[in-house]
Amino acid sequence: MTIAIVDYGAGNLVSVIKAFAAVGASPRIVTDATQFAGAHALVIPGVGHFEATAGLDATRDAIRAATDAGVPLLGICLGMHWLFEGSDEAPGRSGLGALRGRCAHLPREAGLKIPHVGWNTLDDVDSGSRLLAGLPQGATAYFTHSYVAPDGPATVARTSHGTPFPSVVERGRIAGTQFHPEKSGAAGLQILAAFVAMARDAGVSC
Amino acid sequence: MLTRRVIACLDVRDGMVVKGVGFADLATAGDPAALAHRYGREGIDEVIVLDVTATLDGRRALAQTIRQVAAELFIPLTVGGGIRSMDDARAVFDAGADKVALNSAALRQPDLIARLAERYGSQAVVVAIDARRDGARYRVFSRSATTETGRDAVEWAREASDCGAGEILLTSIDRDGTRSGFDCTLTAAVSDAVGIPVIASGGAGTLDHFLDVFTDGRADAALAASIFHFAEHPVARLKQFLASHGVAMRLAW
Repeated sequence: MTIAIVDYGAGNLVSVIKAFAAVGASPRIVTDATQFAGAHALVIPGVGHFEATAGLDATRDAIRAATDAGVPLLGICLGMHWLFEGSDEAPGRSGLGALRGRCAHLPREAGLKIPHVGWNTLDDVDSGSRLLAGLPQGATAYFTHSYVAPDGPATVARTSHGTPFPSVVERGRIAGTQFHPEKSGAAGLQILAAFVAMARDAGVSC
Repeated sequence: MLTRRVIACLDVRDGMVVKGVGFADLATAGDPAALAHRYGREGIDEVIVLDVTATLDGRRALAQTIRQVAAELFIPLTVGGGIRSMDDARAVFDAGADKVALNSAALRQPDLIARLAERYGSQAVVVAIDARRDGARYRVFSRSATTETGRDAVEWAREASDCGAGEILLTSIDRDGTRSGFDCTLTAAVSDAVGIPVIASGGAGTLDHFLDVFTDGRADAALAASIFHFAEHPVARLKQFLASHGVAMRLAW
């Protein structure tokens, strides 16, 4: 399975590429839509500020066309936020809008450290999730973020840091993880393998 | 629930893991990639590679070592040692690091913290502080603990956080390599002063030392080197001990 990892200048992609290769996929870095051809799935990685998603403006239409055609899409961390309509982190910027709502800062509480950094459990796991199928109860993943996605019908797992927030979203073949599966040990690799399986089952390419 | 992290530190010199007492007397502990992979299998939460002589020798952290360590490691990897510029950091990220640890360079040019945070995000920028007790206060040292800076550790941690650091890696020079326990007073003082996670370092010798630094020291993460290298306390046993004493831990997965 050829997995196109969209490079829009937000953070480094070395870890994401290594992790997809480790689960038997063929990851490929793409910088513009002309390079999507032949990809069985798209991945929007990313760490950092929502402003950096400006680098996705040029490929937004192509990404939308691909998902409309049934090509699976995975957003990781900042990439997951971009699946929504926008984020309070950069109010002037629009996300893809594939999922409803806006991302917001984690509610501040006395004694609560932000950014939320470290390993945290995936709770309220939806048994219907394809991405999380077979994951053991109490599985943990590596988080590092200050903003969170809005809860909604796409939420298939939650995680708590002060308050609960969506840690995995999934609607059809569009999915996102607030944590970094490429840095989440065996659990993370299993989630990426499930995404690659989703691409295989979909049987469509760009 | 957010777990506390147990971090293995690999002090690397000339491509080999070394570990000394009080930053000196370096004794060889082994191949960094082999150690990192063993810790990954044993359930360590994170790995930090410090090129311990990079600043003094004017060398950059060895990209080759980083690549080998990162090759099969699917947990966070931090690299420090001799990172003085955006270019130095880029070389380390390109080799597979997820975070960089700045020490002497951050003291000399705090705006490097801000520039790195803007480019890579705060989560990728760790500011390492080496502190030595001086009466009721803690003084910051730079250049592998050889140079006194005149800075106060708590104040510098706060400033680094304000500049955009995502985590503080706090090492007690007094305790480093002594296995006499973490400096819980120092750790708690810094942890209470900043809103970002604090990694306690220096002095790990027994399982109880970790329990102390997670409770009395209010550390978000605790780092050790030699007690893991020489397999005195396998990672899994340490984490099970901590979990059984009520410290949230990532076990098995």
